[in-house]
Amino acid sequence: MALNTIWVVVDRTGDKVASVAFELLTKARQLAGSVEAITWGDASGIADQIGAYGASALHTTGDLGGALPGPAVAGAIAAQISGGRAPDAIFLAQSYNGRDIAGRLSARIDKPALTNIVGLAEGDGGLVSEHAIFGGTEILNAKFNGSGPGIYVIRAKSFGPEESGGGAASVDTWDVPDLGAVGGAKIVSSHVEETSGPKLDEAAVVVSGGRGLGDADSYKLIEDLAKLLKGAPGASRAIVDAGWVPYSHQVGQTGKTVKPTVYIACGISGATQHMVGMKSAKNIIAINKDQEAPIFSIADLGIVGDVKKVLPALIEALQKRG
Amino acid sequence: MTSMNVVVCVKQIPDPAGVMKLDPGTHNLVREGKLILDDSDTYGVEMGLQLAEQAGGGEVTLVSMAPNSETSGLRQALAMGAVKAILVSDPSLAGSDALGTAKVLAAAIKRAEPDLVLTATESTDGYTGTIPVQIAELLGMPSVTFSKKVTVAGDKLTVERQTEEGYDEVEVPLPAVISVTAGVVEPRYPSFKGIMAAKGKPVDELTVADLGLDAGSVGAAGAGQEVTAVTPAEARKAGEIVVDEGEGFQQVVAYLERIKVI
Ligand SMILES: Cc1cc2nc3c(=O)[nH]c(=O)nc-3n(C[C@H](O)[C@H](O)[C@H](O)COP(=O)(O)OP(=O)(O)OC[C@H]3O[C@@H](n4cnc5c(N)ncnc54)[C@H](O)[C@@H]3O)c2cc1C
Ligand SMILES: Nc1ncnc2c1ncn2[C@@H]1O[C@H](COP(=O)(O)O)[C@@H](O)[C@H]1O
Repeated sequence: MALNTIWVVVDRTGDKVASVAFELLTKARQLAGSVEAITWGDASGIADQIGAYGASALHTTGDLGGALPGPAVAGAIAAQISGGRAPDAIFLAQSYNGRDIAGRLSARIDKPALTNIVGLAEGDGGLVSEHAIFGGTEILNAKFNGSGPGIYVIRAKSFGPEESGGGAASVDTWDVPDLGAVGGAKIVSSHVEETSGPKLDEAAVVVSGGRGLGDADSYKLIEDLAKLLKGAPGASRAIVDAGWVPYSHQVGQTGKTVKPTVYIACGISGATQHMVGMKSAKNIIAINKDQEAPIFSIADLGIVGDVKKVLPALIEALQKRG
Repeated sequence: MTSMNVVVCVKQIPDPAGVMKLDPGTHNLVREGKLILDDSDTYGVEMGLQLAEQAGGGEVTLVSMAPNSETSGLRQALAMGAVKAILVSDPSLAGSDALGTAKVLAAAIKRAEPDLVLTATESTDGYTGTIPVQIAELLGMPSVTFSKKVTVAGDKLTVERQTEEGYDEVEVPLPAVISVTAGVVEPRYPSFKGIMAAKGKPVDELTVADLGLDAGSVGAAGAGQEVTAVTPAEARKAGEIVVDEGEGFQQVVAYLERIKVI
């Protein structure tokens, strides 16, 4: 193995560990002899799960008193590094908190971050990262050229999670240095949007709607079809920006990455930023009235037609099957 | 606050509707020809104008780093209502990584002594999404990223920040760096008067040396990462395309049956 130690930042919502953390821990274990995890808040409640994916230790900054995690977690990691305890690499998720921590840490330790990583391999005497560019039509490889730990910001679903059978990770607390003004952002309240059915990034079937639906009310067709197929409804950014559906529905570069058994794109043109989030689906079905729409270039089945006609007919046919 | 000076970072990029390509030698994105204002930054400009108006005073200053003294994108944002711009343009900045860019932007922003710095969540051509936070750390300011609603409350901001499950309401003291999502506000179209006025608005052009930065810490010289290869991805083959004549739904049903989803 080319690397001795990798630190993985474990993103979480309350006590729920983000699934991408397990993907990163699994990959880290394949690349390095020793894997340690870093989180914030209570650590004892998740030490079993983190250990089960191969981390020997779980370090926490402790309770953040409502502060956004970025400055505190980056500060704690930077303090360890300047104290002489540097790993070979640090893995973070390309998520809201992951990007915040990576950006802060990068400026603090004066090292760049490689972002939007979809693959990693040993090579060139270190790690070589893989990035999907131009809507995934080309793969770019990159590496760090300086010394010191590289900061790797990795997209969800890039690696499969696999348990290692390890026992609970040992837990300890890392000191957070005095943050001064930079630690000033505080969460005053959290709002959870209600969802039913499977989660978008875990569903076997995803039915997504775009601007071709014409109006917000027609999104019901997407929800109905998703429900009939026991799937999750998704969306292009165009209709999220328009306020038709909440952001949590967005598939693509800035939204969720999905890899379902089948992805059904309805009234979506297939912009590069949308395609990077769904082109790894096993099967892709597209319904679009424009035969030239880019989405057809990656669809296994393309229906050139009006979503307002095809979807009601499809829903009715599926309802009849019961 | 009775006055609010806002800096909005605006990136000038190659037209995304055109063909994007990498230089085969340096692997940098080819940035020749006219650049345009990154559409993602029009939201920050609009937000800045609205917040300055609400505060009852203050102004919006643009900060941009771009090659070849490019100002086309800046003029567009000036036409929306920003009063002036700081442009950092220097041949030594070609090949900057995100941290190098953040160092340059932070040094330029400092000169404007802002109460608030606005950026987009991510740029259209670079999309690292880390520059706003790097700037905040370099300036010693707090930050809130992925903001979908921003309101001023005294010397603090209240921000709705996107989360995996909904949103958090976050309070942040000023000065601060805020990255906004598309859709946070409706960007105004520049008026004819605005476009004419923009031509006369000051653009302060600076070099790396003007900013007092060490040339070795930015641009290709300071970049701590390098591209090792660019290869075509395995192409996903297009499948069967059928034109719907009322029976299209049956093809979908048959396909779903074949892959055993139903
Ligand atoms: C930095 C950045 C990040 C981005 N991130 C994302 C992201 O994460 N996810 C994302 O989706 N986008 C993202 N985008 C936006 C992306 O570039 C596109 O603008 C967006 O995906 C377009 O959405 P759309 O396909 O719904 O709309 P459009 O491009 O407007 O396409 C609508 C389609 O509907 C078809 N249509 C119209 N009427 C009908 C009808 N009656 N029946 C059938 N078809 C019809 C049209 O032919 C057209 O193809 C990002 C952009 C930037 C710059
Ligand atoms: N060269 C630049 N000039 C001005 N602003 C920039 C520049 N690069 C990035 N930004 C700002 O930082 C945001 C995030 O950029 P990125 O980290 O490239 O995704 C952009 O949307 C801009 O608001």
